[in-house]
Amino acid sequence: MNLLEIKNLHAKIGNEEILKGLNLTVRAGEVHAIMGPNGSGKSTLAHVLAGRENYQVTSGEVIYQGKNLLEMAPEMRAREGIFLAFQYPVEIPGVGNSYFLRTALNEIRKHRGLEELDALEFLGLARQQMKLLEMDESLLNRAVNEGFSGGEKKRNEIFQMSVLEPRLALLDETDSGLDIDALRIVSKGVNALRAPDRAIILVTHYQRLLDYIVPDFVHVLADGQIVKSGDKSLAFKLEEQGYAWLEKDAANL
Amino acid sequence: MSEGFLQQFVKDYGNEPGWLRDIRRSALDRFAALGFPNRQQEAWRYTNLDPIQQTAFKSVDFSSPGVIKTVQLAELMGDTIAAQRLVFVNGHYASELSLAKGLPDGVIFGNLSDMIVSHPKLLEESLTHYAPYQDQSLVALNTAFLHDGAFVYIPKGLALAQPLELIYVSSLDGAGIAGVSYPRNLIVVGDEAQVTVVERYVGVARDPYLTNAVTEMVGGAGSHIDHYKIQQEGKLAFHLGSLQVRQGRDCHFSSHAITLGGKLSRNDVTTVLSDQGCDTTLNGLYLVGGQQHVDSQTSIDHACPHGTSRELYKGILSDQATGVFNGRIIVRPDAQKTSARQSNKNLVLSDEAQVNTKPVLEIYANDVKCNHGATIGRLDEQQLFYLRSRGLGEPEAKGLLTYAFASDVVDSIKVETLRNRLKEWLFVRLAGQGKLEAA
Repeated sequence: MNLLEIKNLHAKIGNEEILKGLNLTVRAGEVHAIMGPNGSGKSTLAHVLAGRENYQVTSGEVIYQGKNLLEMAPEMRAREGIFLAFQYPVEIPGVGNSYFLRTALNEIRKHRGLEELDALEFLGLARQQMKLLEMDESLLNRAVNEGFSGGEKKRNEIFQMSVLEPRLALLDETDSGLDIDALRIVSKGVNALRAPDRAIILVTHYQRLLDYIVPDFVHVLADGQIVKSGDKSLAFKLEEQGYAWLEKDAANL
Repeated sequence: MSEGFLQQFVKDYGNEPGWLRDIRRSALDRFAALGFPNRQQEAWRYTNLDPIQQTAFKSVDFSSPGVIKTVQLAELMGDTIAAQRLVFVNGHYASELSLAKGLPDGVIFGNLSDMIVSHPKLLEESLTHYAPYQDQSLVALNTAFLHDGAFVYIPKGLALAQPLELIYVSSLDGAGIAGVSYPRNLIVVGDEAQVTVVERYVGVARDPYLTNAVTEMVGGAGSHIDHYKIQQEGKLAFHLGSLQVRQGRDCHFSSHAITLGGKLSRNDVTTVLSDQGCDTTLNGLYLVGGQQHVDSQTSIDHACPHGTSRELYKGILSDQATGVFNGRIIVRPDAQKTSARQSNKNLVLSDEAQVNTKPVLEIYANDVKCNHGATIGRLDEQQLFYLRSRGLGEPEAKGLLTYAFASDVVDSIKVETLRNRLKEWLFVRLAGQGKLEAA
């Protein structure tokens, strides 16, 4: 069954149309990479799927697990298993990382009819995942992302993802700005989550990420539409030739 | 307030020491001359005291203070913050609820009206010396009618580890009678001495009443003083409070003013850094909703060199609540090498809530480092979306962010029992659910 089906999606921010008839189908177990030049709509797509309210969907539909995703509030999408790893994770002074994540996890568990975890049970789970991501446990006691380095913020996103165990993970340029060690660790975290009942959409600017997280499909987004889809080899071609040849194609569509 | 009422009141104090009677009369004259503050005065521009003047307050009957039992007190306030405490009910000292024993030799901790009898010289030397009533009508009013309150005296060189707690309960019998009380506290801290004082104002009354409180304080050379004031008056209460401090050389003073209750409240904090090397922290939090009005006025007077001060007042306003912040920092010509920082931040949660903020720097010295600022804002959309994108419902996410906004002021409270109590209380009120575990 299709996990996610995007049909002819149009979305704008203010008066500017950014997505202009985007189509994409994602099945459980798949990893899709979405690449494309700056301003092509990659991040917009990720935010529209997560429910960011300042983007306005003007037409098209998004079916997620058989339901109309666009009607759901952001928190309902999260509870139904959608997770967005932010390109720029938000700092929230005064809110403890540990408290925040446990509250989120328990909201999701409640929604799924599971028992809530108490502080101790949560800590056990959190420690395990932090170890995998080579994170310092002290980050749990700090405010959400406050004073974290760029790499720590990105790792914190993947840490949250691994604790919340989404069905559909959207990674919005998680690789941007990471050095090679951090990239390796983050990729390890993402790969550990690959599962038959889970899909991952990687939005990225760089082919380098795909050496670590090997996608099943690569799509090129240009001017608000997917103009080319293929397998991993498409990413290599983009690396060598850039996007210009595709934009020409897009103009002829 | 009728003339007859005032005369009756003065007559009630016929047998007190002459010096106090003189002060009382003189303060009464000053109040009569000054009258209630009005909105033509800059410091009262946004706070209208007409409702107070239009309420027929009854004088507090000292012969039968509102009866309140220890059990009720505990229900009302939870456990007390400190082991040593003085409790006042409707302005009247409640010895059966208080515990002032077990303090080191030399410390004086007792209710003012008894202390005037037992330590007349100390009181005469200090009372009204640090909270001048000549130009402040509400201080004059308090001075004219002062009946009881706390006297704290910490001798030279003594560092008192445990905090001292002062509790003011307004309890009415529900018959629609409005009362007035005039708590007056005097805190004298000797050279190199150290003390923490927590003042709490709580109301059980559902009817309107007025608390007109004044605390005056002096810190000797090298002393350390932490002062906390938690105002949780009743829903229809008026609270007009003033804290006036004089810091001696190298005196470190901190004030936390937490305003939660009352229909109309005004909180003045004034400190004079009267010698070199003083350090001042003024922190505040006001959290108001409904039709509450809260006015915070602070003044930090850098009179001498090498002083440092930092001030952070935060406000959270919802519904139709209104807030005022007026913060003044004066750096006098002699106060070279002063460093002063002031900030007022407001979180406005509704369209109808309003806040007027006015941070003021008056600098007359040239070698100083000062900055100030004020913000009025709403909850951050990005933070809100981030929390919701992880599964937190909208009301929970908003509550958590509101709690987070207040947290740095609450975290700066050094008295652990008080800090934890406030955190829990705020968390339940703002985040509206569950227990607080290291949020």
